[in-house]
Amino acid sequence: MSLAKRIIPCLDVTAGRVVKGTNFIDLRDAGDPIEIAKRYDDQGADELTFLDITASSDERDVILHVIEAVAAQVFIPLTVGGGVRQVDDVRRLLHAGADKVSMNTAAVLNPQLIADSSARYGAQCIVVAIDAKETAPGKWEVFTHGGRKNTGLDAVEWAKKVESLGAGEILLTSMDRDGTKIGFNLPLTRAVSDAVDIPIIASGGVGNLDHLVAGVLEGHADAVLAASIFHFGEYTVRQAKEYMAQHGIEMRL
Amino acid sequence: MIDIAVIDYGMGNLRSVSKALEHVAPDAQVLVTSDPHAVMQAQRVVFPGQGAMPDCMREMEARGLHQAIMEAAQTKPFLGICIGMQMLFDHSEEGNVAGLGLFPGNVLRFPHEAMVSASGEKLKVPHMGWNEVYQAEPHPLWAGIADGARFYFVHSYYCQPATPDYIAGTTNYPFPFTSAVARDNIFAVQFHPEKSAAAGLALLGNFVRWDIGA
Repeated sequence: MSLAKRIIPCLDVTAGRVVKGTNFIDLRDAGDPIEIAKRYDDQGADELTFLDITASSDERDVILHVIEAVAAQVFIPLTVGGGVRQVDDVRRLLHAGADKVSMNTAAVLNPQLIADSSARYGAQCIVVAIDAKETAPGKWEVFTHGGRKNTGLDAVEWAKKVESLGAGEILLTSMDRDGTKIGFNLPLTRAVSDAVDIPIIASGGVGNLDHLVAGVLEGHADAVLAASIFHFGEYTVRQAKEYMAQHGIEMRL
Repeated sequence: MIDIAVIDYGMGNLRSVSKALEHVAPDAQVLVTSDPHAVMQAQRVVFPGQGAMPDCMREMEARGLHQAIMEAAQTKPFLGICIGMQMLFDHSEEGNVAGLGLFPGNVLRFPHEAMVSASGEKLKVPHMGWNEVYQAEPHPLWAGIADGARFYFVHSYYCQPATPDYIAGTTNYPFPFTSAVARDNIFAVQFHPEKSAAAGLALLGNFVRWDIGA
């Protein structure tokens, strides 16, 4: 037995609350981030990811207080993303208690941010989030600004680039699947995972436990991320882990 | 009286380490410090590390901590974590840098050509996630922790002791590597107990209660 695949519940946070929407719109309130984090930890979550989806920069400090409170009570790795634009944003999140910081739009606009953050704090804490959409069969392009803007970058090539710049992990979201509950985009996940040596977290589209299994077995993901199937009580994290283990995937049970 | 000093040399997030120690020892005074005198006065010392080992060595030296760390490592309960384990060895391939030489051996990178599982699957580097730790021998810090319990790892380099004498735990990725070493009052782990849920908190609890005279 060796390294386990990971399940990572994702908490989208705004104004100190966890919310969930479809394709980044129609947000529903899902509860208090600290309570939810503790619940997922109790259920055996392998890590937690927090995405600060606050639009205005003057409310950025809210996420720092949330992370401080969670880090004092939950002893599993915490990744935080959303609104990370400069190395100092990475520093503030790490000091609040984040173990890894995820960057997305700013990394596309300024790839040097990846290199600078990685050189300063180590590749182990730098996650690059890639939002990709299928623009032609077998072709995926990178979108930024919450999926609204096509950069024209090829997702697989961008993944290799961020690896070479010093990213330690990639959070890969299939934008056209996000919130749809029809499963990960497996060809995309597999193409990216097979192209790089760093771990890939698959995200976007999970509607049932078979989707998690497929993400690992067919998508070659090292970790799977999901939100709504856990937030609204359809499945517990433990049920998901047991189901994946029953399908031959090594899990921490 | 400083019960536990967590050595801070400016490399990353030590909040997790101090919070986890406070969680298992609510009555202890836990101090995150870069002051060599505070390290010398503390009853117990935790030596964490993140990032690249050459940077860690440089920043540790720049703060004048070398002597205080060596003294602590020879006299009181001392816990190395991640790069804080790697720095106890003679030498690291990462940046071709010398370590503190408290354990004979070297720190090596996971070799690209070896990173394939038994089923032919590509294994990623960094080695990131929850893996099993097999206990080489009973030790007070393993008390109450199942042999093969999973801990959280994130690293691209691993320690290769020159002799098997000090190996306290091993992990497979895909080959067995040394994930814990122990010698006298020193215990050091490649994984992050502060991020390893119940198993990690159990290990930290054992550390804060560890009586090296027993």
